[in-house]
Amino acid sequence: MRNYSLSIRPFGVHAILIEWPNEVQEAILEDILQFTNYLETNCLNKKKWEIVPAYNSVTLILREKPIDFDKLKQRLERWYDESASAKPRQKYLWRLPVCYDLVFGIDLIEVAEKLNCTTSAVISMHTENIYTVYGIGFLPGFMYLGGLPAVLEVPRRASPRLKVEKGAVGIAGKQTGVYPQESPGGWNIIGNCCVPMFNPDSETPCFVNVGDKVQFYQIEQAEHNLHIIEGEVGIYKLEKIKWDA
Amino acid sequence: MLKVLKSGFFTTIQDQGRFGYLNKGVPVAGVMDIFSAAKLNLLLENTANAAVMEITMTGPTLVFEEPTYICLGGADISVTLNNSLIKHFKVYKVVKGDILSYGRLKKGFRNYLAIKNGFKTVKVLGSRSLYNPITTTSRLTDGAMVPYLPCDSYSSKVSEWQIDSFLDKTTLNVSKGPEFEFLDDKQLVQLFSKEFAIAKEYNRMAYQIEQTISGHKISMLTSATLPGTVQLTPSGKLIVLMKDGQTTGGYPRILQLSDLAISILAQKKYGDFISFKLV
Repeated sequence: MRNYSLSIRPFGVHAILIEWPNEVQEAILEDILQFTNYLETNCLNKKKWEIVPAYNSVTLILREKPIDFDKLKQRLERWYDESASAKPRQKYLWRLPVCYDLVFGIDLIEVAEKLNCTTSAVISMHTENIYTVYGIGFLPGFMYLGGLPAVLEVPRRASPRLKVEKGAVGIAGKQTGVYPQESPGGWNIIGNCCVPMFNPDSETPCFVNVGDKVQFYQIEQAEHNLHIIEGEVGIYKLEKIKWDA
Repeated sequence: MLKVLKSGFFTTIQDQGRFGYLNKGVPVAGVMDIFSAAKLNLLLENTANAAVMEITMTGPTLVFEEPTYICLGGADISVTLNNSLIKHFKVYKVVKGDILSYGRLKKGFRNYLAIKNGFKTVKVLGSRSLYNPITTTSRLTDGAMVPYLPCDSYSSKVSEWQIDSFLDKTTLNVSKGPEFEFLDDKQLVQLFSKEFAIAKEYNRMAYQIEQTISGHKISMLTSATLPGTVQLTPSGKLIVLMKDGQTTGGYPRILQLSDLAISILAQKKYGDFISFKLV
């Protein structure tokens, strides 16, 4: 028997939604990833099905034809039980360099004022923590990161910016993340990450998977500029560590 | 090559879209009105995924540099081939130097130009659908050259179709979305008794609806969205996600459009009326 009782519902005729309890929890995410890994390896044809995990849900999408809901629901319940002993996918900790210089961290001073601390305290709190990727969406390569320390919680900016730079690192509410491309955005920008979060020319356009861990570390502007050049000529090497916790 | 002399309002290349990257946040993209585009590819005996040109509101002027066969349809726009009007859903042969010119839009919003064997623009992540920033541009601009394979002769099994047009249809068939059960009686009555108008904000990403219904305080975690998902914002605004729509969202997904309803909506523009029908 499994720990959770799932809600399985149709989502139009081409998709089915599986939901766990409505909470942000590492244990729920683990359970989801164990199940999706089992589905990918043993049950669903990867060429036909798309599997989208996010926080407490998984959506399965079959574009080519309508889904026989009742039949699939029964199978999913069986597969979920079978997956109890399945191995989850290998996870990685990605260490991402961030330049927190004020030219990039345009809201850093304001954030420090709101939190009643120094800018270097904001930076050390932001870099100490290890974040969990609960979902990827909104923009190609945009990670929904969980695990921001409560002391770093500041509200979104009152009015969103029309243009936030590619690579901008922001915090808002309980969330932190990297803007993978230039876009409008309402988060408080505290730095910039030189690692492209999405590269459409690569076979693996987005190196991160849901369930992976992310930690930021501080670099100086000179190193930031160097990494950008390294990235452009394709010799930048990303720091990745196997995560078995 | 096909030379784009004038690109028109928003002319783009689309196939059936990208597959396999939803979990990385990449929208499906692909033709907005798949029913019209699919019929054209069928008439030309192309594969279903052959890339077509999606023409929005004001069409382009195009010059063919090699012989081939074309077929167009979707929105009702008057189109001339070397200054003579041509029919929709009919196969025409074109030769070097022929000029195809889009005129006035009469009804609908998106027209499709299909070509024998499809347009051969570059594939990115398995698809020719233009979607920035996955592709470097989102649309064709004046002077663009669009590649295709020349075809000297081909005899079509059927060269013309009488199409049952859905451009006048305003009813969108929907099924219940995942958060449908959260709707109260008042919201349900508002949703299914009213006619709604398309707001000014409508494009390949989403169609917003002008009239609001009662708002809500439902809080949910971000979860997957699909083309055709109708989201309800806390203030009661309805947003219908379309082919370039984001892959996840945090607003309740109250309805899901049928495949045909997505095509019907894709042919609507600012001020057009629609209504939802639960099936």
